[in-house]
Amino acid sequence: MLEIRWHSRAGQGAVTGAKGLADVISTTGKHVQAFAFYGSAKRGAAMTAYNRVDDAVIMNHEKYMEPDYVFVIDPALVYTSDVTINDKANTVYIITTHMSTEELVASQPKLEGKKVYTVDCIKIAQETIGRAIPNTPMLGAFMKISEMYEIEFFKENMQRILAKLPQKIVDANMLAIQRAYDEVK
Amino acid sequence: MAFDKMELRDIEVWDGNFAAAQALRQCQIDVVAAYPITPSTPIVEGYAKFLSDNYVEGEFVMVESEHAAMSGCIGASAAGGRVATATSSQGFALMVETLYQASGMRLPIILNVVNRALAAPLNVNGDHSDMYLGRDSGWIQLDAYSPQGAYDLNFIAFKVAEDHDVRLPAMVHQDGFMTSHTAQGVHTLSDDVAYNFVGDFKPMNDMLDFEHPVTHGVQTEEDWHFEHKARQHNDMMTKVLPKIQAAFDDFEKLTGRKYNIVERYDMDDADVAVVCMGTSVETAREVATEMRAKGIKAGVVGIRVVRPFPFFEIAEALKGVKAIAALDRSAPGGAPGMLFNELAGCLFNSEERPMLSGYVYGLGGRDLTKKHLVDLYTELQANVDAGKVTTQLQQFIGVRGPKLAFL
Repeated sequence: MLEIRWHSRAGQGAVTGAKGLADVISTTGKHVQAFAFYGSAKRGAAMTAYNRVDDAVIMNHEKYMEPDYVFVIDPALVYTSDVTINDKANTVYIITTHMSTEELVASQPKLEGKKVYTVDCIKIAQETIGRAIPNTPMLGAFMKISEMYEIEFFKENMQRILAKLPQKIVDANMLAIQRAYDEVK
Repeated sequence: MAFDKMELRDIEVWDGNFAAAQALRQCQIDVVAAYPITPSTPIVEGYAKFLSDNYVEGEFVMVESEHAAMSGCIGASAAGGRVATATSSQGFALMVETLYQASGMRLPIILNVVNRALAAPLNVNGDHSDMYLGRDSGWIQLDAYSPQGAYDLNFIAFKVAEDHDVRLPAMVHQDGFMTSHTAQGVHTLSDDVAYNFVGDFKPMNDMLDFEHPVTHGVQTEEDWHFEHKARQHNDMMTKVLPKIQAAFDDFEKLTGRKYNIVERYDMDDADVAVVCMGTSVETAREVATEMRAKGIKAGVVGIRVVRPFPFFEIAEALKGVKAIAALDRSAPGGAPGMLFNELAGCLFNSEERPMLSGYVYGLGGRDLTKKHLVDLYTELQANVDAGKVTTQLQQFIGVRGPKLAFL
């Protein structure tokens, strides 16, 4: 069982990202689950989304999770939410920030000693998509760190999932995914 | 008027709401009268979008309340159409008066109920309060544990409800958020296969059949009211479960997916069993497997058909079990939980008379964790070892503050 927790703000696309990731993984024959805690469901409010992936049908519906990966797609949540809650010794963090990994860990001591990767999904999204929607770039970074799939395979599938959007937005998302894949450290 | 068919992949990643909306599209509902409420809104929104995109030949009626939504459904169903809608919680509560009208008028309306807590305090998350509120309304109630179930049980519901021997409305329940907003792989049916399973709607005593004028919604006082209610109950008690079983059998032949009136998991040699509904059934299955690895013979019984209540089937499923936990996800309001009471009714006249304890859990969407269930099975095993119920009969799982236990 692979488990992922997303930290996001409502409106940044964590639910769409989690569902998109589940959709791609499902095409390879694995079983998936994607869900979220909506909380007060107001735009900008801190929220979490979740992915589970397994070879067998996923029957566990508990919301409690000890994640293998933690994605943080809004830079401030590292300080205002406990992004390390219920983590494991080998939990991998991919965090959106304009800082280097060293600077980030220095600014949030809770991350010390943990496997932390950083990428500026906000800046990438602004420069490619034109809006601060950091969900798809986070998935590009995840493909790099996890080596789950070839990035071309992943992008092809994401094009299908995003197909209802205008072509130029789809193209911009592909660029964002590739840039995050290349830039995550 | 022609409509378009939709190409679906064999497995789509859908949440429970979208799965239900797709089933409504494939059943080609003639009329949906709806008023939106969280978390069920995307079901009727989905139908409306399919309609405006020309994937359905039907009509969407926007109304001013859930009371009006069900009233619109009743009118459309009496007129002779295939009718469905969706609601949750407060919306369901507002519908209650009309629910009894629908069942008493024998109108085969399908209501998708995305289960949610009832205020106060206001809460949009999933528990079974609304499902329990509807349990005496004369509707058939089917319960899904996953998005796949939410999809499949809609087809079953139409097939059973519209059968001329049944002619009763049916609810398809799914857990708010835990199913309705959780995306999982859903094995799909093609549009033609799905529609053919349900078949064309065959009206009965429809008001638009002008050759054979009929009256719906009449008044009967002490002269006939009781006979109507008794016959309705008779049909619920004698005709519905066989029709559901037949529909489950047909559905299994078609899809390979097997549903049962009472679902049994690891029950063949179980000493301890949890009886529950909704997503909790699946989580409990996973924990039961883990308990068996620790040497506790744990099983799970899932209620698939809530109404008519499968009295004998449940007693049969629990045969040989020593300690049973009834899990109720609804505030019981000064009584043991509904499942506790129903199970007690099933088991009271059995020779074995197993130990039965009740647990209230998960109100307002409170998480039921695997840890909770491990503790629960451990407690049941302690009852078995002691030869008696070692706790009070009604306990609460996962609530903060001093421990509450009653009875």
